[in-house]
Amino acid sequence: MPAPLLVPALLGVAFLVLPLLGLLVRAPWSEIGPQLARPGVGEALRLSLVSATLATAVSLVLGVPLAWVLARSQLRGRSVLRALVTVPLVLPPVVGGVALFLVLGRQGILGRWLFEATGFSLPFTTAAVVIAEAFVAMPFLVISVEGALRAADARFEDAAATLGADRWTTFRRVTLPLVAPGVAAGAVLCWARALGEFGATITFAGNFPGTTQTMPLAVYLTLQREPEAAIVLSLVLLGVSLATLLLLRDRWLGRGAVT
Amino acid sequence: MHRRGPGAVRRSAAGALLLVLAGCGVDDGGRSIETDGELGGTLTVLAAASLTDVFTDLGDQLESDHPGLDVQFTFAGSSALATQVAQGAPADVLASADEEQLAAVADPGAGAPAVFAENTLVIAVPAGNPADVTGLADLADPGLTIALCAAEVPCGAAAGRVFDAAGLTPAPDTLEQDVRAALTKVQLGEVDAALVYATDVAAAGSAVEGIDVPEAADVVNRYPLMVLEAAPNPQAAEAFVDLVRSDAGRQALADAGFRLP
Repeated sequence: MPAPLLVPALLGVAFLVLPLLGLLVRAPWSEIGPQLARPGVGEALRLSLVSATLATAVSLVLGVPLAWVLARSQLRGRSVLRALVTVPLVLPPVVGGVALFLVLGRQGILGRWLFEATGFSLPFTTAAVVIAEAFVAMPFLVISVEGALRAADARFEDAAATLGADRWTTFRRVTLPLVAPGVAAGAVLCWARALGEFGATITFAGNFPGTTQTMPLAVYLTLQREPEAAIVLSLVLLGVSLATLLLLRDRWLGRGAVT
Repeated sequence: MHRRGPGAVRRSAAGALLLVLAGCGVDDGGRSIETDGELGGTLTVLAAASLTDVFTDLGDQLESDHPGLDVQFTFAGSSALATQVAQGAPADVLASADEEQLAAVADPGAGAPAVFAENTLVIAVPAGNPADVTGLADLADPGLTIALCAAEVPCGAAAGRVFDAAGLTPAPDTLEQDVRAALTKVQLGEVDAALVYATDVAAAGSAVEGIDVPEAADVVNRYPLMVLEAAPNPQAAEAFVDLVRSDAGRQALADAGFRLP
């Protein structure tokens, strides 16, 4: 391997992995059992996994078509649209949470109607957790899938069209299988971002055990009084997410697709 | 020059550099400067977020009294401040909203740091009080949307003592990570009521109304203040502490909704 690539790559690995090593070194390993048995930890972990998975599902349903529009359509103002999609990446998540209030809260532009008509308001519900996570995480999926679509050879789609397939059939039977690795990579990014989401969630969904308290929120609050316990909890979140990603990777990408 | 937020401490080095370029003397530490008994250099104050407005004004005053002095603030939650001091943040003064947190970082031989201000809890409701909240008992009504601070942070611990003393079980919909987050939800009208500090209501302006809580009179949050043992600029630190304790400082604190010990 050429040194101009190897040296920065090793530095990059060190930069990304050393903070994790710091956590591992400082973790009070003997306390890991009692910490895991604390009330609420299992609940927060379950809520995190469920809401991140639902947020990823929402992002797939809305984000893949959006990526297709950005990459394939001749829509005017596509570059503006693309810039707008990246807004949640730039926005500090807490501000994103306030913005969600202004639209979906019970005093919000849309949420006001919902509240007046049904008496239901989104904030402080598990649905609000999913919305906050999808808002922050969906751009990761859209950008990955759009990149994959741009890199995919459009001549396959042209061939399908000449053989009589309409655009919807072409999308389902040709385009989607072609960019499946990109969609999978985007979904993984999206899921990981949703799992770690803190700012938009605690702002828009609040923090209540069992309903809206995900692991990052539990870790943050534990950090206020018991930093050691917070390290244990974050390692649990990290371990579960790494294990999940490795398992999925074997399932989705293991058969020589992209490694 | 005033900066708020966590970036403030880092900028102090640049401030010291400017003073060097301006021809002032710099001591071995490179930060504090003493010329003809005049205060100079950089003074770094770590303070609880609820002190933001009062301390920023007092800092301005100290700077205009001592033109060579640059006062830098980091405003954050008291536990974050305690963590920063424990991790060796180069700071001169620590003003905490939590005696316990401050005791954890204080020099054990120095005795208890003196309390300079007190804060009590009040109910904050959106302007117009749409849910007709009248007292603490409404915060136990599951039909209302209520924000409290989480038990892990000082305002949540205090709220817990208030409810215990009143014999009520609160019915919160969310347990916020700090008092400003609870207040934001009141300002946006997304909760019917929240239990916050009197100073937060005073600072929030017309979007928020305060309702006194008689049951909270005995649950007082006390604010200790001290010069840190490793203070790089101890003279300026003493001057700031004196200013906070002066009549002018006490008046500013009272105006912001603090009780004075």
